[in-house]
Amino acid sequence: MARRNTRGSLNPNSESVLLMPVPDNLEFFIDPSRCIGCQACIQACSECDTHKGQSMIQLDWVDRAQSTQTVPVVCMHCESPTCAEVCPADAIKRTGDGVVQTARKPRCIACNNCVLACPFGVPKMNTGMNLMMKCDMCYDRASVGLKPMCASVCPSQALAFGTREEMARLRPSARPANTFQFGAQTIRTKVNIMIPRDSPTDIVDVTSSMYEPALGCELLDGLFAESLYEG
Amino acid sequence: MKSPITISGNRGEETPPAPPLDLESIRTFGPFRAYADDIRVDTGVEPDKYVKTHCCFCGQQCGLQLKVKDNTIIGIEPWYEFPFNQGMLCPKGVKRYLQQDHPDRLLHAYEKDSVAPGGFRPIPYPEAIRRVAASIDRLQNEFGRDAFAVLSGASLTTEKTYLMGKFAHMCLRTANIDYNGRLCMVSAAAANKKAFGIDRAANPWSDILGAEVILVSGANIAECAPITTNYVWQAREHGAKVIVVDPRITPLARTCDLFLPVKPGRDTALFNGILHLMIENDWLDHDFIAKHTVDFDAAAGQAREWTPSRTAEVTGIAEKAIRRAAELWGTARTSFLLHARGLEHHSHGVMNVLSAINIVLASGRIGRPNCGYSTITGQGNGQGGREHGQKCDQLPGGRDLDNPEHRAYVAKVWGIDPGDLPRSGADAYEIIRKIDRGEIKGLLSICFNPVVSLPDSNFVRQALAKLDFYVAIDFFMSETARYAHLVLPGSLQEEDEGTVTQVEGRIIRINKAVDCPGEARPDWQIIQDIAQFLGRERGFTFSSPREMFEELRIASKGGVADYSGVTYERIEENFGVFWPCPSETPEGVPTPGPQGTPRLFEPESWNPVAKGAGPFYFPDGRARFHGIPYSGPAEDVDGDFPIILTTGRVVSQFLSGNQTRRIGPLVDHYPEPRVEMHPRLASRLGVGDGDWVTVESRRGSCTLRSLVVNTIRPDTVFIPYHWPGRKSANQLTIAAQDPISKIPEYKVCAVRVRKADGPPEYAGLLEPQQ
Repeated sequence: MARRNTRGSLNPNSESVLLMPVPDNLEFFIDPSRCIGCQACIQACSECDTHKGQSMIQLDWVDRAQSTQTVPVVCMHCESPTCAEVCPADAIKRTGDGVVQTARKPRCIACNNCVLACPFGVPKMNTGMNLMMKCDMCYDRASVGLKPMCASVCPSQALAFGTREEMARLRPSARPANTFQFGAQTIRTKVNIMIPRDSPTDIVDVTSSMYEPALGCELLDGLFAESLYEG
Repeated sequence: MKSPITISGNRGEETPPAPPLDLESIRTFGPFRAYADDIRVDTGVEPDKYVKTHCCFCGQQCGLQLKVKDNTIIGIEPWYEFPFNQGMLCPKGVKRYLQQDHPDRLLHAYEKDSVAPGGFRPIPYPEAIRRVAASIDRLQNEFGRDAFAVLSGASLTTEKTYLMGKFAHMCLRTANIDYNGRLCMVSAAAANKKAFGIDRAANPWSDILGAEVILVSGANIAECAPITTNYVWQAREHGAKVIVVDPRITPLARTCDLFLPVKPGRDTALFNGILHLMIENDWLDHDFIAKHTVDFDAAAGQAREWTPSRTAEVTGIAEKAIRRAAELWGTARTSFLLHARGLEHHSHGVMNVLSAINIVLASGRIGRPNCGYSTITGQGNGQGGREHGQKCDQLPGGRDLDNPEHRAYVAKVWGIDPGDLPRSGADAYEIIRKIDRGEIKGLLSICFNPVVSLPDSNFVRQALAKLDFYVAIDFFMSETARYAHLVLPGSLQEEDEGTVTQVEGRIIRINKAVDCPGEARPDWQIIQDIAQFLGRERGFTFSSPREMFEELRIASKGGVADYSGVTYERIEENFGVFWPCPSETPEGVPTPGPQGTPRLFEPESWNPVAKGAGPFYFPDGRARFHGIPYSGPAEDVDGDFPIILTTGRVVSQFLSGNQTRRIGPLVDHYPEPRVEMHPRLASRLGVGDGDWVTVESRRGSCTLRSLVVNTIRPDTVFIPYHWPGRKSANQLTIAAQDPISKIPEYKVCAVRVRKADGPPEYAGLLEPQQ
């Protein structure tokens, strides 16, 4: 008979071991226009030594009826991680190199706050283990200068890991962006999204490019975000 | 100029019954899904060793490292230094290790026994070999040597393919050996030999990077050769225009610069139409045509009638898009044309490929940096496996079985009389027909699962059931092995060593990671054991793959596919060696550098056929244009069967699925075949996304769920072919074959589609992969 996956336990040492930080000059780049939906990233993520058998990546069709477009989602590693900010147990740490680590097992109370709060929808609750799990940029690899598993295998290099200089040389028609506007919340991330070099700032929220007059109306005042084009 | 197309076997009007459900056999032998567990998910397990080798699946042959602990492969680690893929892998490469230490693995020889569980009982290996030898002897004595046939495969190492050819031709002395590359690379191979005199990728893949225009015809690169995607995207980053010819918007086509949604089976019309516009606008390299080619006028003559409007009418592509394609291609300074099975799986597959080659030759963009042309070889050793003598008309070194000089040379290497070598035999499908007609009584198969992979599979099953004696060598009980009288437990790729030749023509090393389990053993030992029991062990006493390779070097020497200068050490030192790589060349001609010959047809290059007369492999050194008359598919649509069926692959499965349908994470990715259809067609049929639909052809019927997407032509439906039994697309496909290459026409036949009366019988009984 086929053997089923008996979910393996996390390495008990992984949270106490102090690994070298991820070198400053190495960055993560996502280019959804390159993605071919092959799921090599998902399969490779579950080969990572610290969480074998578990994938932390989501890859979805945008609308399969209309297009073959797929988008891979890995943790964006925010400068001010919302997941950590909302964690009542202080289980999510951002290390000095900017990597937002997965939840610490002894602290995580599986409350789901982070799952609900992340603007990118990254953390997932592993109900079997009562633990939030998310991408830590393959800390065991990246901290010793190796590419994370997903960016290693990605055959379209929609997920890429390297220096800014390499990316500029290899991809002259694109540029990295790492600032995102979600309503009034501006988020800067360690992970970059590649966008066409000559495109203006990508506008993801209508309010970000609106002029906000003081209307003197209690209901409406303060609803608009600060315009990206101001000052 | 074409001989008639062969369509069906020796069978009456009646369609054989649909495949049996075989539940008991599935319960015993699978396929079941394996997932990582135990040692494979324990974190902190330090592997005993990392073995640098290559993927066991497609022709890209990505380099990777296998992590081995206690004779078990526990995972993979990227091999960043291997230049072709630099660590990149597709999901199949990442999860391939789960085929090893698999619960379905055959650990013994098995004999058919109707009362045993699953229809087979284990028997001791030596007893099995004795019976194989006795059966071969009996059948060949009674019915003649050719009454015993061999079907081999292109996922075997080159050493094994060499041995299979030698075994058939020298030990069994049967004319009837062929291989499953017959379903894959042969149209491209035949066309390349006709146009260039050599069958190999003209360029290394690095030449894609600097191309201004990349034309991809009938190749779902993102799913079938995923690593090539990054080469295309990298070229695009530097401004390359990408043109994709396909009836479906594949993931690569989604963002291409020009998409040509060709009606399946009409490719020669398109390429003739492009050539027409190149001539009309004088987008030609006159110097190259005059100096390095012949018969341009023949090609031009056929292209004359292919005006843009007529081309549009036949191909179903907008005239404007055809004009744009011709302009992009015609005015480029550098370019790369890639094609695969979409162009080749046709009853005129060779003509299709030759028509594509015509526009390459007319452009003069070949044999230079960033100017390239290649088929994308499909199978793991699709290149090496088609070079050294397991094809029905072939001897090692790409030599011809019917050429007296070639026969004499190889006979000398083997120490036999040339007269003892058989003549050319039947192709793979013709072998099945001969079995059905009773002309072939016995069969040995290895690395081939024809019940799933051959077209008109109901006929294939009917034929196999008639065999007097059939022995299959396999590591799992494939759907075909279930028809065997004896099954011998062979080896997985990771259990043996040797070489393969990947898509670029680069010879690389497969390294052994683990031992065979149980009574299983390396395939070549099994073949030699049979030779020994037949009492004809002379020539079959190799003690290692390296010894076989050393003999292959000699046997290939002086041929077009010359490996004589290649050694295992040279391969390892240079991340592979590109053939041709002769050990000796005439005075004044330098032998190839450490990496062999990465790029063919360079202007001043020497080859053993032209001997300096020119870069192409003909006595005059010139490439051949061909006049390509248009002909449609063997079975066109009509009132009864109004819809075109085309078949192909998905990224998570490989070929007949004998391996990938046993790897849990890959099965979960795309669990079961679905019928892709356009919403407009679905609406006419009253079919919603996910509904059960019945697809019927003149040969069989198949009920699957729909996938309603606007990424396919509305007159065409697509079904991936990796599944067996009642889920098999090949119940529907037609066994029409190209008259030259004998490739079957998988890419177009006529069907009708209707909403199913209800779920099929198998729906509640089988797991997705079964």
